[in-house]
Parts: sequence; structure tokens; C-alpha cells
Amino acid sequence: MIHSLFLVNASGDIFLEKHWKSVVSRSVCDYFFEALERATEPENVPPVIPTPHHYLINVLRHRIYFVAVIQSEVPPLFVIEFLHRVVDTFQDYFGVCTEAAIKDNVVVVYELLEEMLDNGFPLATESNILKELIKPPTILRTVVNTITGSTNVGEQLPTGQLSVVPWRRTGVKYTNNEAYFDVVEEIDAIIDKSGSTITAEIQGVIDACVKLTGMPDLTLSFMNPRLLDDVSFHPCVRFKRWEAERILSFIPPDGNFRLLSYHVSSQNLVAIPVYVKHNISFREGSSQGRFELTLGPKQTMGKAVESVLVSSQLPRGVLNANLNPSQGTYTFDPVTKLLSWDVGKINPQKLPSLKGSMSLQAGASKPDENPTINIQFKIQQLAISGLKVNRLDMYGEKYKPFKGIKYMTKAGKFQVRT
Amino acid sequence: MTDSKYFTTTKKGEIFELKAELNSDKKEKKKEAVKKVIASMTVGKDVSALFPDVVNCMQTDNLELKKLVYLYLMNYAKSQPDMAIMAVNTFVKDCEDPNPLIRALAVRTMGCIRVDKITEYLCEPLRKCLKDEDPYVRKTAAVCVAKLHDINAQLVEDQGFLDTLKDLISDSNPMVVANAVAALSEIAESHPNSNLLDLNPQTINKLLTALNECTEWGQIFILDCLANYTPRDDRESQSICERVTPRLSHANSAVVLSAVKVLMKFMEMLPKDLDYYGTLLKKLAPPLVTLLSAEPELQYVALRNINLIVQKRPEILKHEMKVFFVKYNDPIYVKLEKLDIMIRLASQANIAQVLAELKEYATEVDVDFVRKAVRAIGRCAIKVEQSAERCVSTLLDLIQTKVNYVVQEAIVVIKDIFRKYPNKYESVIATLCENLDSLDEPEARAAMIWIVGEYAERIDNADELLESFLEGFHDESTQVQLQLLTAIVKLFLKKPTETQELVQQVLSLATQDSDNPDLRDRGYIYWRLLSTDPVAAKEVVLAEKPLISEETDLIEPTLLEELICHIGTLASVYHKPPSAFVEGSRGVQHKRLPARAGSGESAESPDVGQSGPTEAPPAVIPSQGDLLGDLLNLDLAPPTATVPSVQPSMQMGAMDLLGGGLDSLLGGDIGGSPSMGAGLGAAPAAMPAALGSAPAVGGGLGDLFDLGGGVGMPTGAYVAPKTVWIPAMKAKGLEISGTFARRGGIIQMDLSLTNKAMSVMTDFAIQFNRNSFGLSPAGPLQVLTPLSPNQTIDVSLPLSTSGPVMKMEPLNNLQVAVKNNIDVFYFSCQYPLSLLFVEDGKMERQVFLATWKDIPNDNEAQFQIKDIHLNSDAASNKLQGSNIFTIAKRTVEGQDMLYQSVKLTNGIWVLAEMRIQTGNPNYTLSIKCRAPEVSQFVFQCYELVLKN
Repeated sequence: MIHSLFLVNASGDIFLEKHWKSVVSRSVCDYFFEALERATEPENVPPVIPTPHHYLINVLRHRIYFVAVIQSEVPPLFVIEFLHRVVDTFQDYFGVCTEAAIKDNVVVVYELLEEMLDNGFPLATESNILKELIKPPTILRTVVNTITGSTNVGEQLPTGQLSVVPWRRTGVKYTNNEAYFDVVEEIDAIIDKSGSTITAEIQGVIDACVKLTGMPDLTLSFMNPRLLDDVSFHPCVRFKRWEAERILSFIPPDGNFRLLSYHVSSQNLVAIPVYVKHNISFREGSSQGRFELTLGPKQTMGKAVESVLVSSQLPRGVLNANLNPSQGTYTFDPVTKLLSWDVGKINPQKLPSLKGSMSLQAGASKPDENPTINIQFKIQQLAISGLKVNRLDMYGEKYKPFKGIKYMTKAGKFQVRT
Repeated sequence: MTDSKYFTTTKKGEIFELKAELNSDKKEKKKEAVKKVIASMTVGKDVSALFPDVVNCMQTDNLELKKLVYLYLMNYAKSQPDMAIMAVNTFVKDCEDPNPLIRALAVRTMGCIRVDKITEYLCEPLRKCLKDEDPYVRKTAAVCVAKLHDINAQLVEDQGFLDTLKDLISDSNPMVVANAVAALSEIAESHPNSNLLDLNPQTINKLLTALNECTEWGQIFILDCLANYTPRDDRESQSICERVTPRLSHANSAVVLSAVKVLMKFMEMLPKDLDYYGTLLKKLAPPLVTLLSAEPELQYVALRNINLIVQKRPEILKHEMKVFFVKYNDPIYVKLEKLDIMIRLASQANIAQVLAELKEYATEVDVDFVRKAVRAIGRCAIKVEQSAERCVSTLLDLIQTKVNYVVQEAIVVIKDIFRKYPNKYESVIATLCENLDSLDEPEARAAMIWIVGEYAERIDNADELLESFLEGFHDESTQVQLQLLTAIVKLFLKKPTETQELVQQVLSLATQDSDNPDLRDRGYIYWRLLSTDPVAAKEVVLAEKPLISEETDLIEPTLLEELICHIGTLASVYHKPPSAFVEGSRGVQHKRLPARAGSGESAESPDVGQSGPTEAPPAVIPSQGDLLGDLLNLDLAPPTATVPSVQPSMQMGAMDLLGGGLDSLLGGDIGGSPSMGAGLGAAPAAMPAALGSAPAVGGGLGDLFDLGGGVGMPTGAYVAPKTVWIPAMKAKGLEISGTFARRGGIIQMDLSLTNKAMSVMTDFAIQFNRNSFGLSPAGPLQVLTPLSPNQTIDVSLPLSTSGPVMKMEPLNNLQVAVKNNIDVFYFSCQYPLSLLFVEDGKMERQVFLATWKDIPNDNEAQFQIKDIHLNSDAASNKLQGSNIFTIAKRTVEGQDMLYQSVKLTNGIWVLAEMRIQTGNPNYTLSIKCRAPEVSQFVFQCYELVLKN
């Protein structure tokens, strides 16, 4: 199982280590550093690195590498999922997951890691349970603790730890009972030169914020559940009921959680809400290149496309770009060659455009590669797949909760080739 | 107010100050001090000096303080074992605490203190905790057994903890079950044969119940454990699959992949015509696709596994090509994996899309990726025949871009396309030749040279092109040098008149000026071939090459099966069996897929093709690491004509070869120089075996074959030493000696021909007169080179028994005629009858009895075999080596009776009874046969075999 964990910062220093079995020397990380050196980009470090006696599995989050050391055959996904959980927990506890935050709370971090794994076996990874075991540091609590001498370690066995609903603690009480659900869809798409879709798929999630007293039992039904043929559920969802009736039935965890994630595959028709007209060209023998880009909405069901951000990695030979945006602002970084244009909202009557010229190195030949355009956007009150919640009911408790559902569509990896 | 304050101390005597604080009366101060100690510990400062002071803080009712002290203890107990004993009492006391949290914490921490003295005290509390009323304590204790096993395995076994742990699999609480399974799995890893996880339908049922209720991590442990089970029949298999399928919708990707593993393994047992089988296949695709929308590191592991799944069951993902399309900002490790899977999924239906994508990738920035993409186009061409033309034109487009590395890659793959589709796309050679100058990578240069050599007859200036490479011969890499050598030899064989100088030049460069043994060896071989027998050279060098297929990059089927059983593990990421790399897994058992029930299809024939289940498993061409292949490595790709080393028979010629003899080799007067001929004569003897066409096998190799064929013969058949059959005086200088042997069911006549005359002998041939058992040569006498004076050549002549029959006197007499360029010589020799004893000569007991009775007593002959000092077992072993089979053995009054049977090639059965008296070196042999005249010769064989 998981032997040790090392946290490595962007400059390649180990700033924290934790061992769940015997101590593994820091020097094992040298193999990781070698791989880091070989990788052209920080993201390109291979996730699994073999060493003569161990395997290193790492994830990069918030500019910190979480490097787990394993010695025997352990499913790599198991380790990666656990590392994700560590990152989430830190973020949950400290608000941000940065080197500074971890160093500032080093004792809590140690207590948490000790609680999360025992002999390399996951022990408590649910945020609910952890929070009962180790109270998150807040300024108020620190002050109170110092005055009263009480501690931030729970004295009681966490109730959820062994119940059939380990994700929910008992005795939850709220004065305002509310349950909010956010349906968020991200479109991943590749659009080719001519504007036709090569591949497009939707990654959707339903995130919930449930603050309900007692042990509520909820059901959520959809207008068009047939869209959801590829879903992953939070453990609280009763799978059998879903299989039989296509209804989500569950006792929710307390607070924020991801109820389900789903995937609408490339085999379905996916609506593409924006289009791009572009002309990026270089002439042989000239040190100038032309750049023209126009954005427009399509298939948006009448909703506005907002927070549009266009970015593109221009060819290495480009020295500078002299462009003129019809709205918003643009920047070009001559070192990284990254062009980014903050468009804002698309007005269908007056389409935003960015036009101008690029200057190339004198005498350099015409660049070989075609830049890809990356687009980000948001559309409020729309789930592009057409998914709609029908109704939400609560059983098991007497009070009337306040319910709310929000929809949003975002661009995921939305790429236009030129 | 953050923990960073714990790092700030006054300069003087940090440890001293902490000590004072630790011993303070105030609880709060104590706790702050312990926190400071822990903080120092985390950054690697040595605070072990504070051990007694910290341990003193352990006895507290403050849980946080207790936990902090425990943290400290775990870190330093090893370095201060004596001090650690001080803590034992508190641990033991805490294990009795009414609060289960504290009981669990105590037993958990004790297990982490890796000090022998402490582990002794741990046993009693652990035993109690394993039976604790609170499941939280039980599940913690289960893990503790694994910890203890890691420290002291013997102790765990002696104390019977393993049995308690096994009992916990039936615990009422699912988390306890999951942890018990996890602990047992970990222990089992270091004891591969301990059979700790003895799975039966009852335990499986319990595990499946627990699976629904435990945490995600527990589910992974249970699923991985389930994967080791082999269901009794397809019905059980289906019911397990049904209960595991819901796990495919779990949010935790590790759970999903472990479930995929169980399903992939168990569906192997389901009959393919079952509806459920189809349903299951459909259910597997979505979760795999979903894994690809996760974080890149998850994607990577998922892709490596999908790569295996796609090879095993391409039908699962055949419609999902698009999800493998590469996004430009994917990390490089994800891009490369996606590319590989795209090619595996490429089919006629989607090839247009795939090619368009690949062409797009070839214009990206990342050089490694671009290269892979270009290669991928070539692989597509080879995989999907209909697309080959499109691929070639795409490659030509790419060559037109003149981007250096793109051009080079394209040329490398076009070479493969030529090999796959000979005489189809050679029109593009002209375009390729235009780019000759820009090639600077060895692989591309070698590929180009191969193309020029292979199609030399169609390229007008092939000699000029090759000559231009020759200028910098010594600066080239070995790969290019070898290729250049071969190409020029090919050119010479095709256009001998104008390229003689060139070939001489390259041969001397390769053999005389190079210190690379591979290059020299290949040079010599070509040289010798060319000089002795240009026709043979043509056959070898210009031999038709096997078509390459896309299957070369498939994982070998048995390995693939094993890897499918290891989906989701490190083995699946590295595509190597776990035994190959995981440390500490001593003697890992190789996992196999279960056999399918009912349909009669064995697990060994995986249905790789999409078209139908009848498709044969792909033949995997051996990799270039192949020993023989490497030796000559004809034309980069794995060769068919694996010419073995001629070393064994070169003793005589070796010296001369390196010396002056060489220069005259090309002179044309073949066989003129005696010194050279000696060396050359040996090579062709081995050649037929090398070509694999004739069953004849020369000297050294024959022995190898013998070993291979002789499986089941404990001692091996006896082969008499060679005797001179015809002396040189009687055959105008040719001396022939020989013997007979039966090797792996093939009768062989081993001949040594020695030239004792003054002139060279050529044109050997052999013929037999009609004989008793129809022996006749099964092939021509393979003496391809002239036999020069004082040279000996060993030839093995395979014999068949299908020739004309005539009874000879004596029965085993053989009249032979050997012809050479001088005359025809006749001689006769006698062969041991054991030559004709066939391998399936073991008679059924009953048949033996009946036959024995059936044969009239008149036909029985009695012989005495004298002076044998073998016991009956050794004797029967020895005889069995010559296909004399012992059917039964009886011991009567200190006398061993062996009953034996022999079958001759013409179907005659010989039955024998051999009596062996202990202490008496003389055996009595009674032989019964319907053809009594054979008996005498069978007896001779007995004597021959037993005495040697």
C-alpha cells in the first residue's frame, strides 16, 4: 500500500514528508527530480515513475507535486485517487492548497495525513468524518482554544465512520433548511479549419449544497433521463432505483458534494454554442503575417454567451502582434508567444473581432505549425445537453425545505484548429 | 495564529527550552511544546533527545495531546528502543479504555512502532481488539495484523492471528470485511503459496454483500480479491458479473477499473451467444470513456489499460474512436497513448477520420509527437489495406513540407509499406530520392538505402546513390553500415557487370577496415556466398521476404491474458507481468483467464479479430532481439532466412580466411586455392538447415534437434560411432565413413566424406539399392561446395522407409552407391535394426498378452545377453531410449521379468520377455515375432543398446 508521501514545490524542494510504514529516504525523490528535469513542461512529468526499489506516483496540483511512494503492487489509480483526496482535503481545511498554507498548518496536516491512512490503507477520507476528528483551523477557534484550553481534536468516535450512511453525520440541525443543485456542463470540442465539428462531448456534473436537518431522504427526477446513459454517482445514490426507475434517490451528505457526474458522448449530437471565423496567414518571404478573428454565437437557445476568453499559442517565429480588438482587451506575451483576448460578452448584433498583423523574425522562414485557438465561455441558465430536472422531493422529515436548481454551460477543452 | 509560530524560537538552546516547556505543569503549555516538537520533526530536525520528556506527556486524557505524542513515538521509537518500552504500559492500558476511539488509536499506534520488544507486548491487546465489540476497533486491529506481519511474520503465524483474520471475512460489518481482505491480500503478497485467501462460493457471497456497503477503498480491496477467484461455471460467473456491474458507475476511478478487471476476466467464461454477454460488452464502454475525461494522470493509467482491453476485445470501443482524438494541450504522455490506441482501433470504417487527424498532428509543434504521428500513418497503411493508397499520398504530402524530421520519419514508414505491399507504390521512389541529401538520422538513412538496394533494378543511378553513401562509410552508424553492405550486395546480384568494383569496395570496408564484429561477420558471409555459389547467394540475399503485418506490435497473447487479469495494477501500466518487476513478490503465480464454458472454445484462442471468432490468433513475428535474427539481421526487419553461425565447422578455414585467401576469393577461380576451399566447404553444409527447407540437419544442429525431438526418451537413442565404409584406396581418394541414427522419429545416415586425393571433388550424389525395409534417401546429398583436398565434410542424409523393398542377406544389409565428378563407388554397410523402431511402439497390456499367446511357440527365440550390470529399471530406461518399450514388470523369486514391445517401420511387432536375476550379469531374452527372422537382429540391438 502507500508507503510515504513527499510534497515538492515548484522549485524542486521537498517541504513535507510523511511515512506510514518504515521511513523511506528522501533520496528516492531523486528519480522524480530526474524525470522533472527531462520534462519540457511541468505538466509533462509522467505520473508513474519506476525506481529500482519503489514506484513513485505523482500528481501536480496548485504548483505542488504530491509524490506517493509505493513498494509493492498497488493499483496506481487507487494512489492517484487518494492523492486527489489529500489535495481536496487540504483545500477544504485551509481554503487554499499552497505551500504557505501547508507550512502554516503543518501540525494539522500531519494529524490529517495520520488519520487518512493507516499502514498505507485509507482510513478516513470523507470530509465529514475528518472534520469531526480534526476541526478545521479558524481564527475564531484558535482564539477560543487558547482561552478555554479546549482542543481541535474531536473526543468522540465519528458517528458516520461505521454507519450504513458513512457520508452523513447524525444530529444535523439547521434553522433554514435548503437544498441547492447546480447542473454544470462543460463542452469539450475540436473544431476543424472549416468550422465543422470533429469531436464534441459534454462532461456534466450536478453539484449540490444541502443543508437539511435530520436524516432527509431525497428523490430527484429528470424530464429526460435518457440523456444520462453514462453516469458516476456519489456513493449515497441508490443504484438499483436508478436502474429501475431512472430516479435519483439518496440520503444526502451534509453540505457541499458532487451528486453525480455524467458524460454525453461524441456519438450524440452536441450543440456548439459559438463559432469562429479566422484567418491567420503568413506569406513566404515576408516578415509580416495577417491575423483576423471573429466570434459569433450559434445554437445558444437565446441565452447570452459571457466571459468569453480566447487564447492561442502563436508560432515560435512570431516576434510581436499588433492587433485591434473591437471589444475587450488583448495581450501578447513575446516570450511564451501566448496571445489572449478577453472578449467579455458576445453581442449578436455586433460580433467581436480581433484584427491586425503579426511581425516575424526578419529572414525567418514561414512557420510550419498552425496555431490552435482555445476558447472559454459561460452560458447561464442553460444545460446545453438539454438535461432538465423535473422535481425534487423530500421524505423522512416533516419540515418544508427551500429548493433551487441552477443551470450553467461552460467551455471545457474547446479548441478550434486553423 | 498559525503553526508557523512553532518554528520561531529564540537562538539559544532550543532543545533546552522545549524540555522545560514539556515538563511544565500547565497543560496548555505542554501541548504547545509538543506541537513545536512535532513541527521540528516534520522539517527533519532531530528532536530525539526529548524522547523521555515527550513520552511523559503520554498519560493524559487530552486526546489531541495523546495523538501528538503518538506521532512523535512512531517517528523515534526505532532509534530509542529502550525508551520506547516506557510507553508500553500506557498502550496496554489504552487498549482497555472504554472509548473505542482510544482503544483503536492505541492498537493502531503500537503496530506502527517497529521495535521488536514492543511487538511482544502487542500480541495480547491485539488479540482482544480483533474480537472487540466495536467494529471500528476490529477493523483497525485487522490492519494491525498486516503491520505486525511485516515486522515479524513468524510471530503472527505462531499466535494464530491469520486464522482470526480469516474469520473476520465473515464479520457482520462490511468495513471490517474490507479491511480483513486488504490485510490478507497484503500478507498473501509475501506468501504467494500460502492460500490465505481461500475463496469459495460462500466467502464470495459474503464479499459481494460487503461490496455494496463498504467505502470506496474497501470496494477496491474486495474487487481486487474477487478477481482472483475462478467461478465454477458460467452461471456463477454471470451472477458475480451482475453484482459487480453497478460499480462501473462509481465516482472513484480506481473502483471502476477494478470492476472492469473482474468483468473482463469473468466474461471470458460466458458463452458468447448469451444475451447477457452482449449486454455486458455494451456496459463496459461508457465507464472507460468517462475515465478519459478525468485528470491527465488518471487518463494515462486508464489509457494504458484501455490499450490492453482494445487488444483483447476490440469490439468494446470500436465506435468510440473520437474520444481518443488528441487535444493540443494534453500532456505528451497522454498524447502518445491516445495515438497508439487510435491505430489499434483504426478500421476501414473510420480510417478517413483517423488519417485526417494524424495529418493534423503531423503539423504540431512537439517533435516527438509529430514523429509518432507520421509513424502512425504508416501503421494505418499496413493495418487497413484499403487505406494504403491514401496513407501513401498523405505521406507524400508530408514529405513535400520539407520539414526535416517529418521527411525522415515518412521515409522510414514508407519502407514498411513497401514491404507490406510489394510492387504497388514504387512510383514514389523518385520523390524519395529527391530527399536523399536531407537525411541525417541513421534510421532514415538505413531505410532509404534499403529502398535503393531493394529496387536497384528500377533506379537508374542506384549505384551512384549507394556510392555516395559509401564515402563516409566509417562515420555511419552500424545500422546504416549493415544496410549499405546488404544493399550493395543486392545491387551487385542484380547488376553484376557494372558494380563489381563497388561490391569489392564495400566488402573490404566491412571486413578489413571495420572493428565491428557484426559487420565483419556479415561481410564475410556475403563474400563467401558470392565467391562460392552466386546462385545460392541470390537465393539467400534476394530471398522473398515475409510480408510484415500490423500484428508485430501486438502484445503476445499469453502475456496479454495475464495482463488482463492484472488490469488496474502497475503491471498493466508497464505491460509487463508482475513477476518481471515487482520487488518482494517472490514466485508470483501467473494468472490466467478462465476457460469459456460450453462453447468448446479454449482460453488460448483469444478472439482478436472483429470479423469472427474463427480468426486465428495473430502470429507474432519474433522481435529483432531474436538470437539468430540478430546474427545476420537481414534488411532491418526480422529475417526469414535465419542463417545460423557457420562457426562450428570452420576450424580449419578460419585462419586462412583472415589471411591472404580472401583476396583470391573474388578472382573467380573457385576451388583453385586449396587453403581457401577448406574454409568454404564447411559453410554450405549448414546452409540447408538454415534455410529450413530440407529436413536434413547438419552436424551441430542435428544434435540440437535431437534434444528437441527426443523428449520422452530418458537416455536417448544409442548411436554407434562412425566406421569406415569405403576406404580411400577403393574410391579414388574418397573415404566415406558413417553411421546411422534415429533422431526424433527421423532416420538419418550420418556421413563423413574425406577427400584424400589431390584434386577437388564436386557433384556428389547418393543412391541405395533395394533393401529389406525400403530405406531410401529422403533428399539429395547436400554437398553444395566442392570438397577440396584434405578436407572432411559431415553430412546428414535423412532417410525414408518408402523405397522399394527386397529381402537382403543379411537382413540389415544396405548397398549404397556414391557418385562424384570422378566416378561412381559402391559399398555396403549394415544398419542396426533399432533404426526402424518407431516411437509409438508401446503395446497395450491386454493386446500384448493376447498377441503373445497368439504367436506360435515355434517362433520364439531365446538369447543370452552377457555381462550387463544394470538393474531392471536402468535397463528398461536405456531400452526405451531406442524405442523398446517396457509394458509390464513382474518380480518372481528375485527374478525381474520385463515384458517389452517394439514396432518396426513396416508395422511388424516384436514382443520380448527379458529375465534379470539379481546378481547375475547374464540376462535371458525371449523374443516372439510373427516374422522370426527379425529376432536375431532385435537381439543384436538389445545387446548394442545395453552395452553402450
